[in-house]
Amino acid sequence: MNQTLTCHRKKIAILCLACLLLMLGLAGRLFFLMVFRSVHYSEMAEDLHQRERTIKAARGRILDRNGTVIADNRAVCTISVIRSQITDPEAVIRLLTEELELDEAEVRRKVEKRSSREIIRTNVDKETGDRIRGQRLAGVKVDEDYKRYYPYGSLASRVLGFTGADNQGIIGLEVQYESWLKGTPGRILTMTDAAGVELDGMPEDRVEPEAGADLVTSLDVNIQLYAQQAAWKVMQEKEAKQVSIVVMNPKNGEILAMVSVPEFDLNDPFSLPEEAGASLEASGLSVEERLNRMWRNPVINDTYEPGSTFKIVTAAAGLEEGCVTLEDHFFCPGYRIVEDRKIRCHKTGGHGSETFLQGAMNSCNPVFIDVGQKLGVEAYCRYFRQFGLLGKTGVDLPGEASTIMHREEDMGLVELATVSFGQSFQITPLQLITTVSSVINGGRRVTPHLALRTEAQEGSRIREFDWPLGETILSEETSASMRFILEQVVAEGSGKKAALPGWRIGGKTATSEKLPRSRKKYISSFIGFAPAQDPEVIALITIDEPSGVYYGGTIAAPVIGSLFENILPYLGIRQQEAAGENS
Amino acid sequence: MAGKKKRSQRFYDYSLLFTVVFLTIFGLIMIYSASSYKAQIDYDGNAAYFMIRQGLIALGGFVVMLIISKMDYHWYARLYRLAIAVSWILMIAVSLFGREVNGKKRWIYIGSIGFQPTEIVKITVIVALAALITRLGRNVDRLAGLVRAAAIVLPLGAVVAANNLSSGIIICGIGFVMLFVASKKKLPYALCVLAGCLTVAFAGPLGHALESIGLLQEYQLRRINVWLDPEAYPDSGGYQVLQGLYAIGSGGLFGKGLGESIQKLGFVPEAQNDMIFSIICEELGLFGAISLILVFMFMIYRFMLIASNAPDLFGSLLVVGVMAHIAIQVILNIAVVTNTIPNTGITLPFISYGGTSVFFLMVEMGMVLAVSNQIKLEK
Repeated sequence: MNQTLTCHRKKIAILCLACLLLMLGLAGRLFFLMVFRSVHYSEMAEDLHQRERTIKAARGRILDRNGTVIADNRAVCTISVIRSQITDPEAVIRLLTEELELDEAEVRRKVEKRSSREIIRTNVDKETGDRIRGQRLAGVKVDEDYKRYYPYGSLASRVLGFTGADNQGIIGLEVQYESWLKGTPGRILTMTDAAGVELDGMPEDRVEPEAGADLVTSLDVNIQLYAQQAAWKVMQEKEAKQVSIVVMNPKNGEILAMVSVPEFDLNDPFSLPEEAGASLEASGLSVEERLNRMWRNPVINDTYEPGSTFKIVTAAAGLEEGCVTLEDHFFCPGYRIVEDRKIRCHKTGGHGSETFLQGAMNSCNPVFIDVGQKLGVEAYCRYFRQFGLLGKTGVDLPGEASTIMHREEDMGLVELATVSFGQSFQITPLQLITTVSSVINGGRRVTPHLALRTEAQEGSRIREFDWPLGETILSEETSASMRFILEQVVAEGSGKKAALPGWRIGGKTATSEKLPRSRKKYISSFIGFAPAQDPEVIALITIDEPSGVYYGGTIAAPVIGSLFENILPYLGIRQQEAAGENS
Repeated sequence: MAGKKKRSQRFYDYSLLFTVVFLTIFGLIMIYSASSYKAQIDYDGNAAYFMIRQGLIALGGFVVMLIISKMDYHWYARLYRLAIAVSWILMIAVSLFGREVNGKKRWIYIGSIGFQPTEIVKITVIVALAALITRLGRNVDRLAGLVRAAAIVLPLGAVVAANNLSSGIIICGIGFVMLFVASKKKLPYALCVLAGCLTVAFAGPLGHALESIGLLQEYQLRRINVWLDPEAYPDSGGYQVLQGLYAIGSGGLFGKGLGESIQKLGFVPEAQNDMIFSIICEELGLFGAISLILVFMFMIYRFMLIASNAPDLFGSLLVVGVMAHIAIQVILNIAVVTNTIPNTGITLPFISYGGTSVFFLMVEMGMVLAVSNQIKLEK
């Protein structure tokens, strides 16, 4: 046998050295990977391993101005079964069938279905959920969740709105203030294996959810309830289709109440009321369209011809422009001929000779036609625009409708005449009450609104909403004259059924014909405010299609009168001597 | 070196023995850690399935190793023709009757016992080449001698490579290293190494060029592309490498702790097998990984000592062959796992799960220990 030679030894040493160097090189490569690239690969691996589960954030509540909760969250449960953990399927089926009042075959199908997790029922109330959890059956999972709950049911339904399946706002304030109310959902990051199975005993990364902020609104539950009651009463008495009442602070635009009866149940917003459902069914509309109709807020989403209440605007424009004074004399023969048209006054025999003040108290059409004609198309349109009637009010509710008005260049004297007493154009009831507020509050345009501030639920962070007064649209003198005129309307004129002994109330009635006029359907309305010399509260009622007597002065004015009787003391407004007795 | 005594005494490399024991046991622990989660799912709750199988085979191999290590190693030089014949029969048998796993015929089953004949080919090549080179003597540097050596290695390597490229490379590598040690020349071998290095360094452009002239299949080119940028091919081919890199990278300096790997939970495919080193990195960190490399370095150092002091060239070449085998597998395995070279399936000696591999490694260790046992400690 050959001996191992020196050259072999040398080569063996070279070989060994080469191997060791290569291994050192690999160690260096490892050092690079595990020190410099560690963060990169760890992050990529983490991404791969983590599964995210969201934790719902509690939605912010909605409160009225006094802190009464009008939209709240209720804990509800989701009942599900985890197939692999079930030890006694029969007991599970029995329990769930009984407690959840479900069909046994249905439950059995779900329990025996080959899936990792099967939801049996959602939105189970908490007591039932607790009872099921109390049975401690393996494989039955009870997860708590939040569901919107409206303690007052249908109160201010169209204003508050409601939330959908994912707790997102659908209409009303719920959608308008979604970003404040919804909060930030939390996350649970869990580690899983390659098949996505969660690992036990692994640390969970938990990001706590942040509850949505509470929304404090200008609504007052008590006033809303009074107004709702009053609206119901008159709707039933007059067999009207719909009655809306808006109560607002004319000085800053805070809406105290906004009622449209019939309201709908916020806790069950997807069910149509039976009688309305039947009548709408006859109209051949789909369920969705019928629901959308039910959810509409007529105060904001619909326009109407304001009628005589709009004479307030004509009067204010005329006084401001100086083309009429309270003492100017007019003559009403029962009609006025403009160009080739004969426009009638509501009093067929005519009011005869009257001053402008008396004309306003009588709600005499020819008087206001004359004022409008004196102003002329250009000036009238200028005031119309100046009062903010062409734009939207900017209320913090979705879907505000725009004014429908003649184009200035298309407006002739006939159109001017009809506009002067509130016909041939359409605005929303909210636009009317906002404009009248500006006329009587000293001449400042206000933005009607509901949101006052948001408060984080821990009460620490508060965000005030700012609703600055708009432009001055009218002089203080004209505003004062208008307050005087409108107080006289209630004291001795067409609105006297709204008068309350001991209170100074201003207002204006209206009876608008609905289009087409041949249908002989009316909207009776009344806008009133108190105290007349320094208005703190203004209210507008519209009664849609009353049967029988339909004059606003007869049926709408007394509703506001009795509403004021209830809410003025509540608002802390003291009784005062009537202006009429002073002067 | 253990006990330098005046009296004539035979040496026995206990350091190497203990290194083997340590590596095997460490391997079993890591196999358990890497495979228990999947074993539990796949083998009906038997988390220790892979570890127990590997442990039993390793134990059997250990006994065989001890027996071989106490025998004179010269007797198997006479058997090398037979060994080559057996290897050929096995390789032909495996390509005819082999059981197909993942599209490759690599297993022969006799009854219910299966083994991978390539492991036998490796040991055959070591023994045969050692015997042949010893017989050739100085002729090893002549063309005729080289041809005779190549006639043993290359056909076997080729037939193995047909089904298992990486084993073919290892077999050729072993042959190359053994010839290098036996030869008096350096330059031709140095040129070969240089050419190899250049090929690896310019693999990207070279691959494209070869593919365009039709020498390289498209899937082979893709392997090269995946190697160059595994993150660009997370789904097609880059998956295994990328998952390994995630495991290595998330280990950091000291690792997540034994048993804490996430990547073994089905992310790294066959975590107990070729990719086990990435799990070691993830659980034991850079510290553990480099410690393991140091243990392998120590093992190679022991091989060098035994080879240098072996009583004759045959013994020396046997040890060199084993050393080449283990060094190549360790280096290639770690290089693949760290994406230093394109992906190819090579197991980590003593650590990776694989019964045939661990059994024949034990046999080889027995041979090395037998050589060490012939070293006389007098003088």
